[in-house]
Amino acid sequence: MKKLFLGVLTGLALAAGGTFAGTLDDVKARGNLLCGVSTGAPGFATVDDSGKDVGFDVDYCRALAAAIFGDPMAVKFVGLTSAVRFTALAAGEVDILARNTTWTYSRDTDLKQTFLGVNYYDGQGFMVKKELGVKSTTELDGATVCIQVGTTTELNLADYFKENGMSYEPVPTADNAESQQQYLAGACDTYTTDASALHGTRVNLENPDDHLVLPEIISKEPLGPLVRHGDDNWADIGRWVLNALVIAEEKGITKANIDSWKDTKDAEIHRLLGTGDDDILAMVGLPKNAMYNAIKAGGNYGEIFENNLGATSGINIERGVNASWTKGGILYSPPFR
Amino acid sequence: MITKIAFVRKKEIPPSAPPITEVGLIGWLRQNLFSSWLNSTLTVLSVYFIVIMLWDFIPWAYGGHWNTKSLRECLDLDPDVACFSVLTARWKQLLFGLYPAEEYWRPTLTFIFLLLAIVPILFPKFFRFFWFSIIYPGLAVWLLWGGSFWSISIVYIGLTLGALFFLTLIRRYLKNYMIAAILAFLFTAVFFLFISNPLVGLLNVILPISLPFVESLKMGGFTLSLIVGVTGIVASFPIGILLALGRQSNLPVIKMICVGFIEFIRGVPLITLLFVASVLLNYFLPPGTNFDIVLRVVIMVTLFSAAYMAEVIRGGLAGLPLGQHEASASLGLTYWQSQRLIIMPQALKISIPGIVNTFIGLFKDTTLVSIISLRDPVGLASTIRADQKWNGIYWELYVAIGLMFFIFCWGMSQYSQYLERKLKTDK
Repeated sequence: MKKLFLGVLTGLALAAGGTFAGTLDDVKARGNLLCGVSTGAPGFATVDDSGKDVGFDVDYCRALAAAIFGDPMAVKFVGLTSAVRFTALAAGEVDILARNTTWTYSRDTDLKQTFLGVNYYDGQGFMVKKELGVKSTTELDGATVCIQVGTTTELNLADYFKENGMSYEPVPTADNAESQQQYLAGACDTYTTDASALHGTRVNLENPDDHLVLPEIISKEPLGPLVRHGDDNWADIGRWVLNALVIAEEKGITKANIDSWKDTKDAEIHRLLGTGDDDILAMVGLPKNAMYNAIKAGGNYGEIFENNLGATSGINIERGVNASWTKGGILYSPPFR
Repeated sequence: MITKIAFVRKKEIPPSAPPITEVGLIGWLRQNLFSSWLNSTLTVLSVYFIVIMLWDFIPWAYGGHWNTKSLRECLDLDPDVACFSVLTARWKQLLFGLYPAEEYWRPTLTFIFLLLAIVPILFPKFFRFFWFSIIYPGLAVWLLWGGSFWSISIVYIGLTLGALFFLTLIRRYLKNYMIAAILAFLFTAVFFLFISNPLVGLLNVILPISLPFVESLKMGGFTLSLIVGVTGIVASFPIGILLALGRQSNLPVIKMICVGFIEFIRGVPLITLLFVASVLLNYFLPPGTNFDIVLRVVIMVTLFSAAYMAEVIRGGLAGLPLGQHEASASLGLTYWQSQRLIIMPQALKISIPGIVNTFIGLFKDTTLVSIISLRDPVGLASTIRADQKWNGIYWELYVAIGLMFFIFCWGMSQYSQYLERKLKTDK
């Protein structure tokens, strides 16, 4: 009798699973992952001279594809502008959105999305010409500011100047490239956007040393991948692939040395790489060596950061708060057990 | 009475040369540039502005770098000149988008065939090659997207069979066009529903001709602009004519539908329609439907342009004297005969400037697709700038894209002027 009852329960669970937990099955049936990325955000997503997708967000999706299929190339990148990104995710055009998107309350709740974590802690900063003699944002009273219209940065700017009792004159622009042109042409004293973009822009100015990114960060912009509400198993997979990359850096597992951990005493590494006895990844429907493949795809979090945003990329962003908690940053993953 | 006449000219004075101020370069300058104080001032000012613009532009463009590896390298060499290296590195992407490099010959061939296919339409001398213009759309779709050759040609086979069926019925068995048309339609429908798929399968086995499939996500650059622009232009013209006629129709239902459609489309911005195509349609279609994004955009752009085209042609129709309609009716021509032989040739001739205006506008409007994430040249410009090597490049890309658009739009405008001169009957 008990057996029968369990059997019915399992059957119900399977039926329920078939109805709701579909994304992983859909992705497997399709044979590739549909990953929404930016059509162009320096360091985060773009195509290189040969037409290959590259970037920080791109590498995360490759890791996810590697976890599911064992093949980092089993992913199709769908470039999305900020105007269509959320609807594209909601309408099922992409399985996951990894598009330098700020995690906010209303996006999480009202737009019915699940953020999987933070893969980059960004914040809004300011760039000024050194000859202006400004050393801090508190000295910007009365400045003309180039600002991209219709972004959260515009609202942050208004809030910040109001809080500090300062005034400013906005010079509206359409995107970062136009802000930069206006700033260089002298239409504004300072221009503001996410600090990661400011660094990337500054490096490529005629004389980078004539320009200064002010030290203050006036807003929190935690960027991370997100999925639709309604498929928790799929959200778990995305979240734990991201966590696995962070843990790998913490433990010193790199793309190069990933095969040399078979004899380690660290049980968590065995669980992570699937070299131990217990197969905990079966809980989410992934193969035992999924995380091994994910890390093998583009390296751990630190390597991905270095290749796309750090010194190797030419953008030269410091790790700062994005360093692992063991190195003075705030990147901290729950344990893998 | 003798009057002494001092001198009588026996010959006509040879015409003397016109004053030096009226001929040659000086005369031309006086007539065209310095004919009055106002014009002289404007000339001097214009020359001044042209010179100061070119003064900066020519050294900037002429001395530009073409072979550096990144913007940084350009700036380190000489920051005051253009960094065209970005075009050297990315010109293929600007032309073909993300199309696979080993398949570049396909869009190239499609473009060459496009030039050949429009010749019979543009120049009546070559009208005997019109069959190629009919084959071309299918050929272009097959070349660009690939897949089995037969799955595209089956459309042609089916339509040809349907047409043959219709003609046979008319010639041999039936007098009534309406019944014959309905039967032919049913025949074609049966063919596409039940016969075409097995037939394609069979043909694929017997004679497999196919190209590697390229998905719409990979389309971009000027290839995409041309796909959207040319399809929109070609399809919107006949739809526009029908809408214009429908709007003037005496049948209230047809008239209401046409007026409603035209006024609705004209009342909505194109970008809104594009958002509907890219985002909203997915909510209404069953999940898993793969309704190609480029097709969706082409449909929206065509509908948009057709509404404008209808109004332009209606303007031409309104410009015709009522006598033309009455004269054709008095000759005993049917409605369609009089439209085809009397009304449309004149109305379209009057509307040429407006029609070409709409075409050019449509072609430039294709850049709006960058907002819904398609990688047309303008969309690609921001993608290219997101590569740290070219982060900060601005004018070089836009100058190149602007030049490409100028070539196409200028060509269209030149052709329309040629056509107007050719059709000019009131000397």
